[in-house]
Formats: sequence, C-alpha cells, structure tokens
Amino acid sequence: MSINARTLNEDELFYGHKACAGCGGSLAVRIALKVLGERSIAVLPAGCMSAVGFNFPQLCFGNNAIISTFAGTASMLTGIEAGLRAQGITDFQAVGFAGDGGTADIGLQALSGAIDRNDNILYICYDNEAYMNTGIQKSSLTPFGARTTTTPAGKNIHGNIRPKKNMFEIVAAHDIPYAATASIGYMNDFINKVEKASRIFGTKYIHVIAPCPTGWGINTDETVEVAKEVVDCGLWYLAEYENGQFTLNHQPKEFTSVSDYLKRQGRFKHLSDEDIQTIITSRDAKWEAIHKNFKVVN
Amino acid sequence: MKPYLREKIPEKLSEIPDTTAFEAGYLVTKNAGWRNFRPVIDSEKCIGCLQCYLYCPDGVIYKSGNKVSIDYDFCKGCGICKRACKRGAIRMEAEK
Repeated sequence: MSINARTLNEDELFYGHKACAGCGGSLAVRIALKVLGERSIAVLPAGCMSAVGFNFPQLCFGNNAIISTFAGTASMLTGIEAGLRAQGITDFQAVGFAGDGGTADIGLQALSGAIDRNDNILYICYDNEAYMNTGIQKSSLTPFGARTTTTPAGKNIHGNIRPKKNMFEIVAAHDIPYAATASIGYMNDFINKVEKASRIFGTKYIHVIAPCPTGWGINTDETVEVAKEVVDCGLWYLAEYENGQFTLNHQPKEFTSVSDYLKRQGRFKHLSDEDIQTIITSRDAKWEAIHKNFKVVN
Repeated sequence: MKPYLREKIPEKLSEIPDTTAFEAGYLVTKNAGWRNFRPVIDSEKCIGCLQCYLYCPDGVIYKSGNKVSIDYDFCKGCGICKRACKRGAIRMEAEK
C-alpha cells in the first residue's frame, strides 16, 4: 500500500533546523526520514543540510546522524552498513543526504565505488542546482543559463554555459539495483520511491529536485510550486531505473511554458529569447530520447 | 517523537562532551524570531487534508484531532502552507 500524508509516520526526525525559510532541501530530508523512520542512520557531507542540522549544541536530527567528509558520503555509508552488520544489527537503513555538488562533483567517485561494491545503502541527492551553502557557486548540476556567483550573467555570456550533468543515467549506467528521479513538488511520488528503495537490497540512488529560494531568486512560499512546475514544463522528469529498464512515471499531457518557469526565477531573469529557445530545443531532444529508451507508464 | 527544546543549555566546557558525539534531537534555540508573517489556520475552513503538514519544510504543522495545529516556536513563516492549502484556510498575518 502506498504511503500518503495520512499514513505517513508522525515522528519528526529533522526539526528545529536553521535552514532558510522555504528550503526545499530540508523538506526532502524531513520527508525521507519520516518514511525511513528512527532506525535510519543519516550521513551528511559538508553542505546545507549538515550546516543547518548540526549547530552544536542545537542538534536537529532525532535519529543517528553524522557529518562526513565532503567527498566521502558513500564511503561512510559503506562503513556504517558494514560495521553494524558485523555487530549483528540488521534493522537499520544507512541513508546519505548529499547536495548536487557533494554528489555530482565531489562525491561522485565514492558513490561510484559504493555502487560497484553494491553496498546495501540508500543515497539521496537533494539537487538545488548549485553550491548554495557557500553562497551559490556553479556545480555540474547547475542548468544551462543559470546565474551563479561563478557564472555571472553579463553582456556576452548569459550565466552558465554548460548543461546539467545527467546524474540519474550516470548512476544507472553502473547497473545499480534501483535509481530514481523525483521532485519535492510531487511529494507522493518521492515518498513512494523512498519507501520502495528501502525494501530493495543493494545500492539505491534517488535524485530529488529541491528548489532553494535564496539561490534561485524565488519567494519562500514558491518552493513547492516551482518544484512542480519544473516537471510540468518538461525540464525535469520523474523516472525509475530497475532491472536494466528505465521507466517514466509521469508524462505531462502538455508541457507548460518553459519561459514562465524560467522568468519567475531571479537566476534566469537575464535570459534572452534565443537562450530560452536553446533550452526548449534541448528539452525536446531529451524527451525524444526518453520516449525512445524509457518505458512509459501513465 | 521529535527533537525538543531542552531546559538546560551547556554553558561550561565541562558540560560539553569530550567526544565528537552528542545526544540526538537536542534543541536549545527557537526559530520563531525569523518570522515576518505568521500562518493562522481557520479551523472552520480546514478539512484536515494535511497538505500543509506534508509540505512544511520545518515540520512544524502537526495533526491535532482531525485538523492541524502549528508549533510557532519553530515556524519560520515561509508561507508554503498557505499556498498548499486548497481551501484557503490559512492566512498570513504580519508579526508585530
């Protein structure tokens, strides 16, 4: 049976944290921990969620949680899982929460190693599309055109010149037991993917889009709406990878306006019509590939 | 179960553990001072759909009977709950 708002565990395991108002990443962590329960052991590398969760003596995790090295989220998960298993403890879930930089740039090697060994861990990447904790620097998951402090928007260069790295398919290419994409705008989908991942043996990876009001230039109350809109306009998609098969979970009937999605965010305000057309063209190419390679269920 | 405010805040060095580990869910400060607007629930209009509870990034909205209540000690006033409420049962009031 699928979990919903009514049946979700009422315990709050991420509470009193110092994340900015309207933080998408903290919502993803909060909900994932509600699904996994207090027998989960969270590993957080340097990044927003460790910065806001562990301001000693204000410790905001109700379950066991630890800060790892920036590059070592997956390695520490491996160690926790092996260490507890060696002690005969089995009723736990080792779960990592790393940001986009901690996953796609700095932690990629450790994650790749863990998937290679097929360690029984769950890795959740909350993707806010830049290094937000240190003040909005570009990561390899920052989308094309986004303005960050290291990819400023000027007269000649309009923000980030490189597209977003395809982390989901990079992970899937390891032939991982389970990988999924999600968005905090589609919470029930995210909840059920976390729940499903917790029942699968081996390495699991979930990539969840979690908007950052501070870095994206949106109001604090728009986080969830923007996370929904990015899926509706086709710039993100909800999919799974399992048993060598990609599956698309949600096919928007008709895409909403990409331009509306971009223009409501401060980081995209400078984009020209030509830039927006480039983004639409790459979206259409992506969806063509999805329809060719993914099983579509709707 | 959730992390809760402690009465005693470690002040002296001797009260701080000399290992790197400490008790989970140990809160010593509130977040209420961050708030410019406070969400107020109209319990007449609330149908208990729990969407505000589901989408609150801080988890400060909790079930109370068949409706919901807010822990104002930790609400930051982001307003996501107001947008999530399909019934318009939450309004944002300016803090004085």
